[in-house]
Amino acid sequence: MSYYNEMFEGKQVREPYAMLRAWVDTMPDDFRQMKQAEAEALFRRIGITFAVYGEGGDPDRLIPFDMMPRVFEQNEWRKLERGIKQRARALNAFLRDVYGRAEIVRAGRIPARLVYQNEAYEKSVVGVVPPRGVYSHIIGIDLVRTGKDEFFVLEDNCRTPSGVSYMLENREIMMRMFPQLFRNNRIEPVDQYPELLRRTLESVAPAKCDGRPTCVILTPGHFNSAYYEHSFLANLMGVELVEGQDLFVDGEFVYMRTTQGPKRVDVIYRRLDDPYLDPLCFRPDSMLGVPGLMDVYRSGGVSICSAPGAGVADDKAIYTFVPEMVRFYLGEEPILNNVQTWTLWKDDDYKYVMENLPELVVKEVHGSGGYGMLVGPKSTKAEVEEFRKKIEANPGNYIAQPTLSLSTCPTFVEEGIAPRHVDLRPFCLCGDRIELVPGGLTRVALREGSLVVNSSQGGGVKDTWVLSE
Amino acid sequence: MKLQISHETVYGYDQPIRNLVQSLRLTPSVFEGQKTHEWEIDVTGGMRGPGFRDGAGDWIEGWTVRGPVQEVTVRISGRVDTRDTAGVLRGHREMIHPLAYLRDTRPTRADDGLRDLAAQVGGSADLLDLSHKLSGAVADAIRYTNGSTHAATTAAEALALGEGVCQDHAHALIAVARERDLPARYVSGYLHSTQDGQSHDAAHAWAEIFVDGLGWVGFDAANRCCPDERYVRLGSGLDAQDAAPIRGVAMGTGTEKLAVAVRVEELAQ
Repeated sequence: MSYYNEMFEGKQVREPYAMLRAWVDTMPDDFRQMKQAEAEALFRRIGITFAVYGEGGDPDRLIPFDMMPRVFEQNEWRKLERGIKQRARALNAFLRDVYGRAEIVRAGRIPARLVYQNEAYEKSVVGVVPPRGVYSHIIGIDLVRTGKDEFFVLEDNCRTPSGVSYMLENREIMMRMFPQLFRNNRIEPVDQYPELLRRTLESVAPAKCDGRPTCVILTPGHFNSAYYEHSFLANLMGVELVEGQDLFVDGEFVYMRTTQGPKRVDVIYRRLDDPYLDPLCFRPDSMLGVPGLMDVYRSGGVSICSAPGAGVADDKAIYTFVPEMVRFYLGEEPILNNVQTWTLWKDDDYKYVMENLPELVVKEVHGSGGYGMLVGPKSTKAEVEEFRKKIEANPGNYIAQPTLSLSTCPTFVEEGIAPRHVDLRPFCLCGDRIELVPGGLTRVALREGSLVVNSSQGGGVKDTWVLSE
Repeated sequence: MKLQISHETVYGYDQPIRNLVQSLRLTPSVFEGQKTHEWEIDVTGGMRGPGFRDGAGDWIEGWTVRGPVQEVTVRISGRVDTRDTAGVLRGHREMIHPLAYLRDTRPTRADDGLRDLAAQVGGSADLLDLSHKLSGAVADAIRYTNGSTHAATTAAEALALGEGVCQDHAHALIAVARERDLPARYVSGYLHSTQDGQSHDAAHAWAEIFVDGLGWVGFDAANRCCPDERYVRLGSGLDAQDAAPIRGVAMGTGTEKLAVAVRVEELAQ
C-alpha cells in the first residue's frame, strides 16, 4: 500500500514544510531531547491527561505530544473549511427535520427505520425547536487525507466531541518552546476558540432570556475522562463549571447555586450524555443530571448544547446518508466525501464484507475511541476469525470500510523524523453563525505502520498549522 | 359518559425534604373520545412550572415544591365527557412517528417466552385482527391477580409467573406486538368500572397498537376489551415509567411513603 506523505512530493520537500525541514535539519539531537522533556514537563504541570480504560493500572495518562507540527497551506484549508461548514449545516438541517416534519424520510431519501429505531433518536424532543434551529453547536468532524486533494470524512461527532483542549494546549506549548518558529512563519491563530465558543453559546440563548445570557458547562464530574477539558474551557470562557447538583429547577427556570444566592442559567453546554440529563425524563437512577431540566428545556426556559437527541445525526449508520443530506437540504454537491461504507445488515454488503474481511476495517455502529474494531490488514488470522464470529452473532451492529491509506506526516522518533499516519478533527461551531478556527486536533499513530490514531490505542497529538497567505 | 374524577396522591416523608421536583402527565388527552370540561391540578405548597404539549400529544406540567416539607399532596379533580370510539384514538394530534415505538425497554423486552407467545398467534394480514388476537393471547397467558407483581416486574417475569396486574398485561402486549413488528405503547389513565360493572377506583393502564389505516388503537388485555366510554386517557410512553402520570425526585434523606386514592364517578345526566 502506498501512502500520501504530506511532507514530500517525490524527493522534493513540499512548500509548506520547507522551513520545518530546515528547522529539523539544524536541530542538534540533545536539543531535541531536551525540548521533548520540556514539553512533557509542561503538559504534566498543566495536568492534561486522558483516561484509558480496560488496561488496569492508573487510568490517567499523559497524551504523547509530538513537536513536529502538521501544516496546511491556505488554499488547502479553505477548501476543507468550506466542506466542513457545508456538512455542519446539513447535519443541523437533518436534525431540525427529523424532529419536525421529517421531509427527508417522506421523500424516501433515508429509510424511516434507520431514523426512528435509532437508539439516539429521542422521541421526547419531537416538535421542540431549539433557538435558531441549531441542535448540534459543536461538531467535531474526523477527516483523513489520502492524496494531495483527497480528503474523506471518517465520522461526525455531533454530541459532545472532545479534544479541543489539546488543539489549544498544543499550540500554547509550541509557542512557548519555539517562539522563533512563530515569528518566522505566518501561522493563523487558534486561541480565539474559547471566545468564539462563548459567543456561539450566547447566540442560542432562549427567547425568555433577558440581558446577557448566563452560560455554564455541565460536567459529569472529575472522574470523567475529559474533565480536564471541561474545566479548561470553563476557565478560558469565563463561565462556571457545574455538576448536576449545582443546578436546580424552580418554577419555569433552571438556577445555579452561588455564594450570592440562586442565579438563573440560560445556556448549558453539557458534557453529559442524554440518558443522564434528567431523571424525570430519562434514566430515573441518574444522579448526574438535573431533575426537571427537560421540562424547562422543552418549554423554552433554557438551552442545552448540544440539544438532546442530536446524537441521531452522528450515528455510523446515519453517516452513510450525510452526502444525501447535503444534496437534499442545501441543493449542493458535497465538498467532502464519505469513506465508502458497507452496512452489514444488508445482505449484499454482508456477503462482500465476510469474503474480504482481512482487507477491511470493521467498526461497531455505536462504538467509539477505537475500541471494538477490527483493522483487517493489521490483524492475525486468528483475530480476524474471532471478529468474524462477533459479526455473525449480530450483523446489525457493524459497518465496514476499506482500509484507508491515511496520509503520513513527519514525526519525531528515536532516529530523527519518520513518517507516521495522521488524521484531523477540526471543531465547527454553530450558532447564529458557523465558525471554524483554522486548525484542529491532529492525531498521530506513533507506532510505525499503525493506522489507529486513538489516544487510547497508542496515538499522540500534534500542533496543526494553517499558513496565512 | 359524564365522569367526575378525583385523584389524590399523598407523599409522606419521615424526615423533612429540602425540595421536590415533579413532572406531571395528568391531564386528559384531547381526541374524539373525550372532552374535558374542568380540570384542576394542585400540588400543596408547590409552584407551577412549565406546561407544554409534547410530541406525543400529552400535556406535561412541571411542579416544584420548596422545602423543608414532610408531606406533599398532588390533587387532581375534574370532569370529562367520554364516548366510545371502539378503542380508536381518533382526532388525537401528535407528531411522533409510530416507528419510534418499536424500540424495546427493560420491562417490555421479549424473552423466549414472549417470543413464543407472539409466534403462537396465527399470522393475519389484517393487522387489527392480529392485534385483537395478541391481546387475547396475553389475557389467556397472564391471569389478573391483584398484588401478584410489583412496579418493577418485567413482561417476561409476569408471563413466567402467569399472573399480573394491568401494568403487566400492558407490558406483555407491547412486547408481543413489537415482536410482530407492530408499534406499541403504554397508556396510563383511569377506568370507571370493569366489564362486570364493578367500580374500579384505581389508576389504570392499557396498551395501544399502531394499525396501518386506523392509527393508534387501544387494547386492554387485563379486561379483554378495547377502551370505550368507561376509560379516560392521560398519556403514553414506551413503558409504564415512560408514560408515568407522576415522575418526581425529592431532595432529602428520608424515606417516602405513598398513599393514593382515585375516584371515578358517573354524573347524573
